Amino acid sequence: METATAFGVDPSPWLPEPFVRWFAGRGWTPRRHQLELVAKARAGRSALLIAPTGGGKTLAGFLPSLIELYELRRVQPQCRRQSATPHPGDVEGLHTLYVSPLKALAVDIARNLAIPVRDMDLPVRIETRTGDTPASRRQRQRRYPPDILLTTPEQLALLLASADAPYLFGTLRRVVLDELHALTSSKRGDLLSLGLARLFTLSRRMSTIGLSATVAEPDDLRRYLVPQPREGIARADLVVADAGASPHVVMLDTRERLPWAGHSASHALGEIYSLIKSHRTTLVFVNTRSQAEFLFQELWRANDDNLAIALHHGSLDVAQRRRVEDAMAAGRLRAVVCTSTLDLGVDWGDVDLVVNVGAPKGASRLMQRIGRSNHRLDEPSRAVLVPANRFEVLECRAALDAIADNAHDTPSARVGSLDVLAQHVLGRACGAPFHADELYDEVRTSAAYASLSRSDFDAVVNFVATGGYALRAYERFAKIRQGRDGRWRITHPRIAQRYRMNVGTIVEEDMVKVRLVRSRISGKGIPRGGRLLGKVEEYFIETLAPGDTFVFAGEVLKYEALVEDEVYVSRTNVKEPKVPSYAGGKFPLSTYLAARVRRILSDPAAWRALPAQVREWLDIQRRRSLLPRADELLVETFPRADKHYLVCYPFEGRLAHQTLGMLLTRRLERAQLRPLGFVANEYALAVWGLGEFGRHIRRGDLPLAQLFDPDMLGDDLEEWLAESALMKRTFRNCAIIAGLIERRFPDEEKSRRQLTVSTDLIYDVLRKHQPDHVLLRAARADAAAGLLDIRRLGEMLSRVKDRITHNALDRVSPLAVPVLLEIGREMVYGEAAETLLAEAAEALVKEAVA
Amino acid sequence: MNLSAYPYASGGRARAVTSPSRMRVDHVIAVAGTSLVADPSGALYWPQQRLLAVADLHLETGSGFAVRGRLLPPYDTAATLSRLAGVIAHYVPRVVVALGDSFHDGKGPVRLGADDRRQLRALQRGRDWLWLAGNHDPLPGAGVGGEFEATLALGGLTFRHHPTGAAGEIAGHLHPVARIVHRGRAIIRRCFAADAARLVVPAFGAFAGGLNIRDAAFAELFGTLEFTVHMLGRDRLYSFAARRCRLG
Repeated sequence: METATAFGVDPSPWLPEPFVRWFAGRGWTPRRHQLELVAKARAGRSALLIAPTGGGKTLAGFLPSLIELYELRRVQPQCRRQSATPHPGDVEGLHTLYVSPLKALAVDIARNLAIPVRDMDLPVRIETRTGDTPASRRQRQRRYPPDILLTTPEQLALLLASADAPYLFGTLRRVVLDELHALTSSKRGDLLSLGLARLFTLSRRMSTIGLSATVAEPDDLRRYLVPQPREGIARADLVVADAGASPHVVMLDTRERLPWAGHSASHALGEIYSLIKSHRTTLVFVNTRSQAEFLFQELWRANDDNLAIALHHGSLDVAQRRRVEDAMAAGRLRAVVCTSTLDLGVDWGDVDLVVNVGAPKGASRLMQRIGRSNHRLDEPSRAVLVPANRFEVLECRAALDAIADNAHDTPSARVGSLDVLAQHVLGRACGAPFHADELYDEVRTSAAYASLSRSDFDAVVNFVATGGYALRAYERFAKIRQGRDGRWRITHPRIAQRYRMNVGTIVEEDMVKVRLVRSRISGKGIPRGGRLLGKVEEYFIETLAPGDTFVFAGEVLKYEALVEDEVYVSRTNVKEPKVPSYAGGKFPLSTYLAARVRRILSDPAAWRALPAQVREWLDIQRRRSLLPRADELLVETFPRADKHYLVCYPFEGRLAHQTLGMLLTRRLERAQLRPLGFVANEYALAVWGLGEFGRHIRRGDLPLAQLFDPDMLGDDLEEWLAESALMKRTFRNCAIIAGLIERRFPDEEKSRRQLTVSTDLIYDVLRKHQPDHVLLRAARADAAAGLLDIRRLGEMLSRVKDRITHNALDRVSPLAVPVLLEIGREMVYGEAAETLLAEAAEALVKEAVA
Repeated sequence: MNLSAYPYASGGRARAVTSPSRMRVDHVIAVAGTSLVADPSGALYWPQQRLLAVADLHLETGSGFAVRGRLLPPYDTAATLSRLAGVIAHYVPRVVVALGDSFHDGKGPVRLGADDRRQLRALQRGRDWLWLAGNHDPLPGAGVGGEFEATLALGGLTFRHHPTGAAGEIAGHLHPVARIVHRGRAIIRRCFAADAARLVVPAFGAFAGGLNIRDAAFAELFGTLEFTVHMLGRDRLYSFAARRCRLG
C-alpha cells in the first residue's frame, strides 16, 4: 500500500497505540490528511478527500474504520478474529462498505488491507464481493456479514434489492467510495447515488468518505456524499492532501517531420523506442485500441534489443490482461502499450515514465495518466507527450499550460437519468414493498436526483409497472402493482430473478469472440477450437468479408468465418492490414482545452512555445487565409477537383462535429447546393458538394448566420434523430438499463433472432405513437451529452452567433489540410443508406455489363 | 438451371415498368412465369388477379411479450395496420392474402384492441380476405373476419406460410433480411428473396425481426446461393445477387 513519509504531526490524540506503533514500525509518519479524516469520522462527519496518487489515499479511507473496529472489539477480542466461520456471539454486523469502479481494485485493496490487519492483529474480517464471488460465499456474506465488505456499484444494487438489505446494512457505519471522480461522471454514478440514498435510510448512523483525484468542482462530489435536504444544499467536509512534487512533463520535440493528420505517431516511433530503452519501466498510453495495436506492432518491429514490451486493452482476453499485469508487477516488463483500461486501478510495477501518444483530450485526464508513474509523493512523475499530428501539438501545448496553471477540466455533475431510476425503482420493489411518497422523498436526497420532479418520478414508476404507455393496455401484465396498503410490490418472484440478471448500467456493444485457427485448407472447411484472443465489436466484423485482414491482439489476422458467436481468424504474412482500424474509446477534446487551443491559435505570441514546423504551418495559414480570433468561427470555402468545399473550425470534438455535419448537409440540401458528404475530426468539419458554397455565401443567398443558426437544433435535429443510427443505439442502451428489454446473453443463438424484437423497430414505433414516452426522453437526454454531443454543439452555435467569418479561397488552406486528409481514412458521413444502396446496386450493374 | 450473378438475370427476373396511372416505377419479379410487383413496404401485388399478399404481420407482438412480462409498446398492431392500409389504398386489391403468422400467437386475436379491430374490419370491407395458417397461429382466430385456409393455389402459384421449395411457391415464415456492405458501411434491410421458381416475402409486422438470407435455411430452400434479393428502400427496391450479401 502506498503511504507516507515525514510530515511532522503528532498522531497520538487520534491514533490508538497499536496504530502509532504500526506506523513507526514501518518507518512512516501518518500524514495530515489521514489524521484529519480520522478526526472527521470520529465527529460523525462525511468527508471528501482529494489527494494525488501516491498520497496514501486508500489507507486514509480505511484508517477511521480500522480504528473504530479496533476500539469496538477491544472489549471482546476473541470474539471475531479473522475466521471465516461465524461465531455465536457475532452480532455486530457490517461496519464499512467500500465501493470501487473496478472489481480488480476491490480485490487488490483487500490484499493490501490485510497487511495492517495482520501486523496489528486487528479483530477485523474483510471480504470482497464481485461478480466472481461464488454463490456459497455470497449467501454467507448476507447471513454473517464481514466487518468490511469491498464491492462494486452493481453488487451494491443487487444487495439492496434483496429482502435482507435492512438486516445487512442496518449496522453500517461508513461507506468508502474510491475513485469517486471516475464513478460520478456516468450512469453508474447515478445508480450508486440512488444506492447511497437507500443506505442513508437503512442506517441512520452512517457517514461517508469519498476518495478522489483533483477535480474541477469538488463541491459536486461533496454534495454526492451526503443526503440532500429538500431545500438548499448539503455538502460533506473537504480534506485536501498536500500536493506532491509537480510533475515533470514535456512535449517530444521530434526531429522528424510532423504529420498533417492521422493518429499513429509512427514518425516518432524511434524516439518512443529510445525513451523506453532509457527508462526502467514505461507506460505508453494511447487513446484507442486500434492505436494500441498499431503502436505495439511497430515497436516490436523496431525492437532490436528484444525489450519486453506488452500490450493491454479492454478487448483482450481477461487471462491475457492478467498475465500482463502480473508480469508488470513482477518488474519483468520494460513497457506496456495501453489504453484507458489502465487510467484507473491497481498500482503495480515500478513505472518511471509515462508516454502519452496522441491528443491528451483533457487536462485532468492527462494528469491521471501521468500520475501512473512514480508512486512516491516526494518525487516528480515524469511524462512525455507525443503529438501524432500538428493540431495535436496545439492540444498538447494547451494541456501543458493547463498543468502548469494547475487547472482541471473534469466533467460537471450529472443530472440522474430516468432509465437508471427505473432500474432502481424495480430493485426497490424486488427488495421490499414501497410507498411511492417515501421512495420519492428518499430518491430526492441523492445528489443526482435532488431536482427530480414528482411527475417524472411518477412516470418512471408507471413505466416500471405497466410500461408507461398512453394506451393503457397492460394493467393485467403489471410488473409491480399497488396493494391495498398503498405499497407497490412485484407481482411475481420471476420479476426479481429477471431484475438480478439485468442489473447495472454498463451496456456493452454486441461483442464476438476472436479465436485463432489455422487457415482454411481449400475444400476442407474451417478447423475449430483454437486459442481465444479476445473480443471485438460485432459491427466491426460485419463489415468484413472472408479474406480481409485486420490488426488485433498485436498481430495481423485474416478473417476466416463467423461461426455462431465466434470469429475465426488465422495468422497471415500480410504486413499491411487491409482494414485499417475499428473505432472504440474516443473521448472528445474537453471544452476547457478547446478554448485554450483557440487562444493559442489566435495569438502569434503564444506560438513561441510551439515547434518550428507548427509555427511555419500557422504562419502560412495567416498569409494564405486567416487565423480565427478566439471567440470567432472561421469558415473557409474553396473549389478542389470538381467539387466545392466548406470547412469550419469549431474545435468542439468529433462527436459534436459529426452532428453539426449531419445538420449542415440537411440545410445545404434544402438550399439546393447538393452536398455530397462530410468528414469531421476533433478540430474541424469539412463538407463537400456540387454547389458553389463560396459564391452563394458571398452573394448573400446563403447567409452563414442562417446556416449556423442554433435553430438547427429544433426541427432539423428532430428529423434527423428519427433515422439516426447513433440515436437508436442510445435508445437501446436506455431500454436495456430501464429493463424494457434484456441483455443478450451469449447462450442465445443467432438463429433465434427472427423471434427477438430489435430495439430499432421499437424506437420507430414508439417515436411515432408516443414521442414523449419516458424512455425516449431518457434517450434524448443521453444524446444531448453522449454520442451526439448536442449540448456542446448548442453552446458552440450560441457562442459564435454573429461572429462567423467567411473566407473564400481559390484553393485549400493549410489549416484545412488535416481534415481533408481524413477523407478516405475516416468514415464519410452524410450519405444516407438509400444513396449507398443505390450506388451499390449501380456498381453491380456496371460490373455485370462490363 | 444456370443462373448468372447478374441480379436481373433469369433468377427472380425484375423489370422496371412504369405504369401509366402512377408515376411510380413498379419493381416486377417474375415467378414461374407470373409477373408480380414487389412493393417497398414489403407487400407483394399480383396485378392480374388484383391480389395483395403480406407475410408475417405478427399482430399483437407487443402484448404477446407483455403477457410474458416484457412490456414492449402496445402500438405495433396499429403501426402494422396503418402501413397495410397505405398499401391497400394504393393498389385497391380485390383480395388480400396474409401468408400466416398474422398474429404473434394463438391468443393474439383475443387481445386485439377495439380501435385496431375496427381498422382491420375497415380494411376487409369490399374485398376478400384470406388468413393462411402459420406456425404462430395454426388455428383460425375468432372475431377477425376473413376466411381461413392452409394454402391457396391460384393460376400456377401456391401461397403458403412455410416454404417447401416447390415451384411456383409464394411463402413467408423466414423473415428474410439482407446485409450489404458499401464504403465501409453495413446496411441491413428486409428483402424479398426469389429465384425464377419461388419467392419468399419479407415480414410485414412492425416488430418482426429478420433472418439473414445467408442463413442455411435459405440455401436449403433455393438449393444454391443462386437467388436474388430485393431489398426494401424508401421508395424503391434494390436488387442484389444473394452471394454478394454478407453474413451476420
